[in-house]
Amino acid sequence: MPTNKAELDARFSELYRQHVRDVYSYSYYRVGNHHDAEDLTEQTFLQAYRHFERALRESNGRPLRPWLIRIAHNLAANFYRDRSRKPESAIEDAGLISAPHTTEALVEGREELKAILEGVSHLPDDRREALIMRFALGMDNREIARALGRTDGATKVLLHRAIRQLEGMVSANGSEGSGG
Amino acid sequence: MSSGVTDFEALLREALTPVDPPEDLTARMEVRLVSLTELAQEELESWELSAMRDPRNWVRPAAAVVIGAGAGTALVVLRVRSRHRTRKQQSSGPLELAHKTLQDIAVEARHILPNR
Repeated sequence: MPTNKAELDARFSELYRQHVRDVYSYSYYRVGNHHDAEDLTEQTFLQAYRHFERALRESNGRPLRPWLIRIAHNLAANFYRDRSRKPESAIEDAGLISAPHTTEALVEGREELKAILEGVSHLPDDRREALIMRFALGMDNREIARALGRTDGATKVLLHRAIRQLEGMVSANGSEGSGG
Repeated sequence: MSSGVTDFEALLREALTPVDPPEDLTARMEVRLVSLTELAQEELESWELSAMRDPRNWVRPAAAVVIGAGAGTALVVLRVRSRHRTRKQQSSGPLELAHKTLQDIAVEARHILPNR
């Protein structure tokens, strides 16, 4: 444990460098646009900074990424509640805002990937979150469980059901499209 | 695990590729945090400062590679300060004043720094 403020701040700077991309990716897929993702990322690190000392103390050396993502998760929930709305647009529309990297550019011309992104945005919140954590952030079951406040077993089931539901949605859309 | 499942998960991984934050995200965050801290010291008095400690201490090292943020910070502070009296008149209390100040900082940081 850091014993003074300077050491604590240095540790937090390191945490920021290591995980700013994770928090930003999570935020982007939650809110669907770069503008709000940036605000959410900033608020997440501000809040994390305020509670960092306690989090370090209670983590017993475990990685702090799930704790950070949990903060972003809670802030995103408040974000929607405060504004009384869901994301204004599907993820694929967010590329209208200038950014150095967009998922839209990557999936351009790949109808199957667009269909997957569309499907993800229509999943129930907990399933969508689990998929974002697994596939966008590369978190394992244990990390996701900690971020969502669930058991490892419940998380495994949640992920399995999320993938199956999404696959069904994409498959159904594909059938509709091919059927004219 | 069937190959169908594996294929679909590979597509899912491809669709949900990590999203890089804008290159100047940290610089903008520094501007906003520095501005917030300086303004808070002036007009918000004890508003959560003790609990927050000083965010400049971690965000500045994190943004150390970014050039030009210092000038942007000064400009944001100047512009936000210039509207202090108006914000105060429009606010019903310290919390609302804090909220309005944060909003102003965000707006000015976006105006002054590029790619936003």
